[in-house]
Amino acid sequence: MSNVSMMLSDLDRRLLDEYQHDFPLEPQPFAALADELGVSEGKVLERLAYLKRFGALSRVGAVVRPNRIGASTLAALAVPPEDLEQVAEQVNAFSEVNHNYEREHHYNLWFVVTAEDRDQIDQVLAKIARVTGLQPLDLPMVEDYFIDLGFALKW
Amino acid sequence: MTRLFPPDTINSRDMALLQAVQDGLPLVPEPYAELGDRLGMSEGEVLARFWLLQIRGVIKRFGVVVRHHELGYRANAMVVWDIPDAQVAAMGKRLGAAPFVTLCYQRPRRLPHWPYNLFTMIHGQDRDQVLQRVDELVAEHGLGNIALDVLFSRRRFKQRGARYGKTPVRRFDRSKGVGTA
Repeated sequence: MSNVSMMLSDLDRRLLDEYQHDFPLEPQPFAALADELGVSEGKVLERLAYLKRFGALSRVGAVVRPNRIGASTLAALAVPPEDLEQVAEQVNAFSEVNHNYEREHHYNLWFVVTAEDRDQIDQVLAKIARVTGLQPLDLPMVEDYFIDLGFALKW
Repeated sequence: MTRLFPPDTINSRDMALLQAVQDGLPLVPEPYAELGDRLGMSEGEVLARFWLLQIRGVIKRFGVVVRHHELGYRANAMVVWDIPDAQVAAMGKRLGAAPFVTLCYQRPRRLPHWPYNLFTMIHGQDRDQVLQRVDELVAEHGLGNIALDVLFSRRRFKQRGARYGKTPVRRFDRSKGVGTA
């Protein structure tokens, strides 16, 4: 296992692994976790803040089903390799872009565009085409076949 | 899928709540009360709305969201498949149920540039493990004759929760006790 994971305590691992869904909907949810884990509420909050700072925890929150609110699409650009960093920055500059990855393919820059409605997505993609001089692939979700139960971490 | 409540009836208060939580619950003893303070809702309303949004399937999952890369899952690939249209729903359900598949979407082909219609995300501790898992899927589901491509990720230029609206979320200033724009 990687060095990163070895730096985590047992408590950290349980916090990351056991509360990926059905997080308590009650006034003091972190106290409820603390009771289950046999530690203080303050300790739970301190470890979660640490994990967030350190990057292992993205957030404690909601994963919204795609396209149930607003609109989104997965887009890709085939960028000349020498221009990739610059184009990635141009794409990142759009607040509607929330994921942006380099991938090993002719289409080498992949990003998600999320906005209030489909019209706004079209506008953003048109602007990206104009700014970068490249025509994005527009691949909106047709159907979601994945039932999200969180990610089982094997330590 | 049939649901008791239609998932597309989101009102502006639900939307405000989803926007307020897009960076996660505040890490304080009473996070729902604090979200409510920011939005002018009672703690009870916040809790009830989160509960209903889950029942209605708008919220798919509520809890800890981890970042795979930082946890040692250094390799991830978007594995894309060209599945005959008549089989894509059945195959999507089967691939989406595999334990190491973390996303499974049907998307449109864009011929001639893009021939693939089923997208899966596969995480592994290294590239070999990801490729081994692709082989397992091919063998287990009889996909030997299906065109596929494996797009390993290299650099991550951006990763954060989605922003749905144009309006910035109001910030709550504890010291003043009022919301500020």
